[in-house]
Amino acid sequence: MSSDDGEECLPLSQRPEWADVRPVPQDDGPKPVVPIHYRENFREAMDYFRAVYLADERSLRSLNLTSEVIGLNPGNYTVWHFRRLVLEALNADLHEERDYVDRVAERFPKNYQIWHHRRWLAEKLGPKAADKELEFTKKIFTIDAKNYHTWSHRQWVLLALGGWDDELDYCQKLIENDVFNNSAWNQRYFVITKSPLLGGLQAMRESEVSFAIKAILTNPQNESPWRYLRGLYKGDIEQLLSDNQVPEVCLQVLKSGRNFLFALSMLLDLLCFGFQPSDEFKRIVEGLTNSESSSSDTNLATSVCNVLETVDPLRANYWAWRRRTLPSMVC
Amino acid sequence: MTSNFIIFEGWHVKNLLKITKYQSHRQTLPRDLRHLVIKPSIVDTESNPSFFFSVALLPPFFFQLPSNTHGSLDFRGIRGHESQISNERARVRGKLVMESSPSSSTSSTHCFSPHSQGEVKLTITQLEQENVERKVFEIYRHFAEAPPQAKSFMVELWRDEHIEFLTKGLRKLGPNFDILDANRPWLCYWIVHSIALLGEHVDSELENNIVAFLAHCQDKDGGYGGGPGQMPHLATTYAAVNTLVTLGSERALSSIDRGKMYEFLLQMKDASGAFRMHDGGEIDVRACYTAISAASMLNILDSVLIKDVGNFIGSCQTYEGGIAGEPGSEAHGGYTFCGLAAMILINEADKLDMPSLIDWAVFRQGVECGFQGRTNKLVDGCYSFWQGGAVALIQKLLSAAGKESPLCGGQASEECMYNITLSPGGKLSDVGFAFMNEKTECSPLFHTIALQQYLLLCSQIHEGGFRDKPGKSRDHYHSCYCLSGLSVSQYSHCKDPHHSSPSPNDVLGPYSNLLEPIHPLYNVVLDKYDKAREFFSAF
Repeated sequence: MSSDDGEECLPLSQRPEWADVRPVPQDDGPKPVVPIHYRENFREAMDYFRAVYLADERSLRSLNLTSEVIGLNPGNYTVWHFRRLVLEALNADLHEERDYVDRVAERFPKNYQIWHHRRWLAEKLGPKAADKELEFTKKIFTIDAKNYHTWSHRQWVLLALGGWDDELDYCQKLIENDVFNNSAWNQRYFVITKSPLLGGLQAMRESEVSFAIKAILTNPQNESPWRYLRGLYKGDIEQLLSDNQVPEVCLQVLKSGRNFLFALSMLLDLLCFGFQPSDEFKRIVEGLTNSESSSSDTNLATSVCNVLETVDPLRANYWAWRRRTLPSMVC
Repeated sequence: MTSNFIIFEGWHVKNLLKITKYQSHRQTLPRDLRHLVIKPSIVDTESNPSFFFSVALLPPFFFQLPSNTHGSLDFRGIRGHESQISNERARVRGKLVMESSPSSSTSSTHCFSPHSQGEVKLTITQLEQENVERKVFEIYRHFAEAPPQAKSFMVELWRDEHIEFLTKGLRKLGPNFDILDANRPWLCYWIVHSIALLGEHVDSELENNIVAFLAHCQDKDGGYGGGPGQMPHLATTYAAVNTLVTLGSERALSSIDRGKMYEFLLQMKDASGAFRMHDGGEIDVRACYTAISAASMLNILDSVLIKDVGNFIGSCQTYEGGIAGEPGSEAHGGYTFCGLAAMILINEADKLDMPSLIDWAVFRQGVECGFQGRTNKLVDGCYSFWQGGAVALIQKLLSAAGKESPLCGGQASEECMYNITLSPGGKLSDVGFAFMNEKTECSPLFHTIALQQYLLLCSQIHEGGFRDKPGKSRDHYHSCYCLSGLSVSQYSHCKDPHHSSPSPNDVLGPYSNLLEPIHPLYNVVLDKYDKAREFFSAF
């Protein structure tokens, strides 16, 4: 196997194994726009690639050439596609291919094509590939715990190949490392709803609510657990309204007098769903109100909107719209 | 005549004494922190009405010290508290949160967090966020303290420089662009669309060359690849179509092989209802949008193409409210725009949980005034379009749904329909047209002036072009989406861009900053869309 970093010393035109191939120059037309002043090794590699691509030559040397081109431009999806055709034609050792992809992915972690190729590969390798795929994504996460492609890949692996056993623990660890990592929270939601080893959202709800609330109380300004908490009641408003832990956490944060933006927002949503607030809520919100604008007969939801408009000026228009569109029977 | 004054850090008038005291303590601060203590400045709002907005938006955490500060901090005499200023006619809203040092005189090492008491270890997210905030606030402070002439300069759109940067890219790109060799139609679109937004056009020779080049990228079996000889790809197809529409000549529009395009799109359709980017390529919401947008624009959108797409995109809406690339992935600005726009184009927006989507999207605008792509991630100029544009689409949808009718928190009331009413005999491809005919009654739901502030002060590069955020380099992609986001913001109050222009209050900086309006479903300049629609509806 040749090197995969695209930096062979000898130009292709001087390599004996390529002597019989006539390179195909790019047909940009006479007056191309956005013309790239290609590096010489790039231009040459592409000229030879075009030759084998047009000839549909699915050989070992073609495979090696695609490695070189990928090293120069990992975004060339045509080359990746052709590489897959060649791998199949050669019945190549896919474990070796995986090692190759490992190396390329570490160099270019934010590239669609690499991850798509990985997925294709893992599918061919089957369920026994699951462990290595999960390990690999963990490695990427140590560098960038929010890499979007990597998370999508990890989810695909779990769904297609399995390996759910430690997933909830892994999410736990990531959240402990960085409680603001929204990707980890998203993954947690994915696990509790999709894992065949857990009971599903309904069964997990109680413990997850406690988990979210704990995170909220530690950092009330952290949006992730608030949205996660909301998500736990998705499609089940009745449960949301009957579970008094949710308004309770809002109250606690409001009482602290600090970082209460999401608490207010949650309270507003609860009220819109039909939540009947205690007097304590009314008192607290009143305390936050600018006395100029409140009147004794404003309902709580309107007061909440008013406070939000003041403390969250960036979203003043949104809160004003929420106020205008309050349901008629709201408290 | 009394002027209105705002004290721009957010201290109550009575605390002026304390500010003076704080100033005298400035010298006791560690050297590298002293720049954070700024002179109180009093701004006359009457002569600077648009500046009022900028100042009001200055992040409330202005005096917040970086939380990983070590060293002894002495705040004797200064108490941290939250306060709001109200002045008779000028109001600054904002919270000032500042912790006083727990110890008084002995020097000690504190990790000082404004968000919680005492010592706290910051996470990577927090550290990165504070880093960005520092750079952004530095720019805003510099702006706030600048004399009026400098201010005008900073907030102006540097059109000539942008045109020069953009046109140069059309003619020549250096070797570092090797990695964009499979994205050349994108480069065409980013540049040509940006030029059109600035109200300019490319010269006819260049235009012919673009048309000819894209023709070289067109595959004989339909669709466009990233360059001559490359496989057709949905993203580059979308970019090529939009470029040709933006050029707008008969020659440009007729160069698209519609028949073959339809066949290509059909080939890309997956059994799930979604689309894959290229033969054997990845399936995601982006692919769905690019396919549907191109089909709609070319008047070839039909029931076969849209079958089950709505279900796929609907399944990509997450518990957070935004839309992900694939079912289960994280809610993301780019995919949210793609998903929402696609749903509108196929007239199935009612499959989305709209209140949830709106709530998620508006919370993506942060203290830096720009938008982030995902919860707890960093601001980026390009999301001005992806997120800002999504919110603008919703604005129009809400208007179409019946003038801000009431929505119950999580469920739309039954009378609410987010779908576009087509005229009798109307085709699916007409939805895009019908959408723009709805007058936007609903006011913008995000802070449009704040967004313009971020774009002009933090993203705009003096040498031409736009960037992600301070510290990053300019590029054509960001130039395109920053300008697109700027246009969306400027026109956000405009009921009908066909018949009226934005008021000067809606445009940050001089009125000459005004860009061309876009069609927010396709992101092409509105006039160009109209022309293309006329051309393609003849088929």
